[in-house]
Amino acid sequence: MPELGKYATEVLAAYGASLTLLAGLVLLTLRKGRRARAELARIEARKDA
Amino acid sequence: MSLWEYANPVKFLGLSARLQPYLWAAAGLCVTVGLVWGFFWTPDDFRQGSTVKIIYLHVPAALMAINAWFMMLVTSLIWLVRRHHVSALAAKAAAPVGITMTLIALVTGAIWGQPMWGTWWAWDPRLTSFLILFLFYLGYIALWEAIDDPDTAADLTSVLCLVGSVFAVLSRYAVNFWNQGLHQGTSVPVATGGRTVADVFWYPLLISMVGFGLLFLALVLYRTGTEIRLRRSRALLARSRGDA
Repeated sequence: MPELGKYATEVLAAYGASLTLLAGLVLLTLRKGRRARAELARIEARKDA
Repeated sequence: MSLWEYANPVKFLGLSARLQPYLWAAAGLCVTVGLVWGFFWTPDDFRQGSTVKIIYLHVPAALMAINAWFMMLVTSLIWLVRRHHVSALAAKAAAPVGITMTLIALVTGAIWGQPMWGTWWAWDPRLTSFLILFLFYLGYIALWEAIDDPDTAADLTSVLCLVGSVFAVLSRYAVNFWNQGLHQGTSVPVATGGRTVADVFWYPLLISMVGFGLLFLALVLYRTGTEIRLRRSRALLARSRGDA
């Protein structure tokens, strides 16, 4: 861990908030994508049946 | 071969599937290298102390917040002129990515501003235009969700995107238009090339900016694919209801 001095709270808060937002964006994107794929596959299977 | 071939959803999904593994890997690598290098192995600034490490998040996020809107502008114009659905869906797919980047830029800017300027927020031209850009992103996403007919939603959001582009331009050039406010001018002017950031900060920043750009591309390609599938699902459901 680098020595962040008197601004440690600010630097860690900035990294924590940003990485949380980025991780949330990626996870929500992947989840929505998986659901869309599954829904389309279900509808196409029903259509073909 | 023409670029317009990729307006065909099947061709777009094929190209997207081939590109995505490389984009995700390169984005992950560049973002990790840029942030780890910047956080662990760069010195403190003589005036700003360790808060300079926030630059590796703040600048790439702000850059992508504005560029995402410009990408939405181009795809919205293509929709309005040529009526390619993939283009409208790409704009829709980019908005959540853009608003997240805008939020990161605003949050990290406030956290950085507090110890350096003595305030979390100031009604400075660049900060204010960025806040308005954030509100435009919110409005754009809300408008897509509020209208059932996808073509009407694409038309109206495209017009909103054109209007919001004024604030995207202002966000980038506000410090040049108004020589006032707390926010400094750009440290990395692309047009003039007169960079004011020392090499020791510049290289990890450059890698982080490339990483954020690649992450944006990967996310938008993936999300556009999702929107194409959702649109096809709705169309199939509507058709099956019509047949019934």
